[in-house]
Amino acid sequence: MIINHPLLGPRDSAEFVYLGAAALMDRPDPETASAEDWHDYAYLRDNPAGPHRELWFHEGGDRSILIVTRDTTTHEITGVELAREVASK
Amino acid sequence: MRYSGFKVIKEALTGHKGWKPAWRDPDPQPHYDIVIIGGGGHGLATAHYLASVYGQHKVAVIEKGWIGGGNVGRNTTIIRSNYLLDGNEPFYEFSLKLWEGLEQDLNYNAMVSQRGIMNLIHSDAQRDAFIRRGNAMILNGADAEYLDLAQIKKEYPFLNFDDARFPIKGGLAQRRGGTVRHDAVAWGYARAADSRGVDIIQNCQVTGIRIEDGKCRGVETSKGFIGAGRVGCAVAGNSSRLMAKAGMRLPIESHVLQAFVSEGLKPVLPGVITFGAGHFYVSQSDKGGLVFGGDIDGYNSYAQRGNLPVVEDVCEGGMAIMPMIGRARLLRMWGGIMDMSMDGSPIIDRTHIDGLYFNGGWCYGGFKATPASGYAFAHLLARDEPHETATAYRFDRFRTGHMIDEKGMGNQPNLH
Repeated sequence: MIINHPLLGPRDSAEFVYLGAAALMDRPDPETASAEDWHDYAYLRDNPAGPHRELWFHEGGDRSILIVTRDTTTHEITGVELAREVASK
Repeated sequence: MRYSGFKVIKEALTGHKGWKPAWRDPDPQPHYDIVIIGGGGHGLATAHYLASVYGQHKVAVIEKGWIGGGNVGRNTTIIRSNYLLDGNEPFYEFSLKLWEGLEQDLNYNAMVSQRGIMNLIHSDAQRDAFIRRGNAMILNGADAEYLDLAQIKKEYPFLNFDDARFPIKGGLAQRRGGTVRHDAVAWGYARAADSRGVDIIQNCQVTGIRIEDGKCRGVETSKGFIGAGRVGCAVAGNSSRLMAKAGMRLPIESHVLQAFVSEGLKPVLPGVITFGAGHFYVSQSDKGGLVFGGDIDGYNSYAQRGNLPVVEDVCEGGMAIMPMIGRARLLRMWGGIMDMSMDGSPIIDRTHIDGLYFNGGWCYGGFKATPASGYAFAHLLARDEPHETATAYRFDRFRTGHMIDEKGMGNQPNLH
């Protein structure tokens, strides 16, 4: 797979480390979250067949974390964003 | 019809006109006591043990494609019981014992071959860890044997003994491990279950799970509604998609695992061999092909095909321990979809919905577990309590902190 890095252009997916669903960026608030909230956050996944927003860490490159939108049934990548830009919105 | 040597000779002399289909192709009845979703190895084994051990005969297995067309037809056919943890080892040893009696039980030649499995050791620390594992296996009634370098050289002379980076220091062998003809497992269980009255309904996709007042009443399918007293789901690879129809999120990600087979060669491998410093395992099929594999690709996938970086990694592992593999040409490669759970161990449990039961999360170790998985799931479905070897495979272990994490990777499904 080729991931079209917003800053570096097309890069081989082998340069990246896969970190799972992008939903993991929405961590429960430690002030208010219950044990059940943490269980759901840490262990449960939507695991869709189809478009999936997921985190890829560019370990063999600029060490940025990307949010890649990829179809899990075809591996086609339809969107790439910098996670830090999404998080700061 | 019982299969036997006499039957083969009789049919050979009479033009092979007496063979019958190995199972029926029935239309679904309106209601069953137990409906199993998923006609793979685990679902068919569940049906067989429900009928043969637990006296359940109003049972149906529903399969969206053809039986044995999923992961039971896509694996590398290895059986073993070389686990460390208490939650796992008794279950897998129970499975290996069932494999040993499988062909007599099913009256079907599944080509169970106990040619042994040997895990290579490459460092002193790894030797300590593997000897500990071997002791855990022996304590649970399995067999394990430490092989020193001289024994490895004698039994496996073709391995790379000159590797400075990953020197071979010894091995942990399980002589009772081996390989089984995977398709025959599905067909053998299907035939045995069918002969006891189980309906195997193929080309029938489940489109919904009917739940009324917190109780599961049956399944909506492409062939209409099928009522059920209890519904068991055994669709590893697609567990999240199916259980989403019941409103559940699972501690599972689906990942693709690739496997490879070379052109047919004369016998060169005495059994299953695994590389201890990378991830590579190899055996030789009875047709002569070298069957091998390694890591999962590492990202969520339902595609049943992988990408080239893992192909390279697997082949590097092969070249590192067995340079002669470089002379063999690759015949086929394929991918299967694995239910990767959050601790690398499976789930066989009730759900919070009355009458709905779940079997999945097998990661890439489901094939060897087929008989025990079916037996334990049948026990759960028939008696509503877990089988004694499967009590640890609970949904709530992530809530209570009783994970069964053989590799100690935590909730990183792509690392198990």
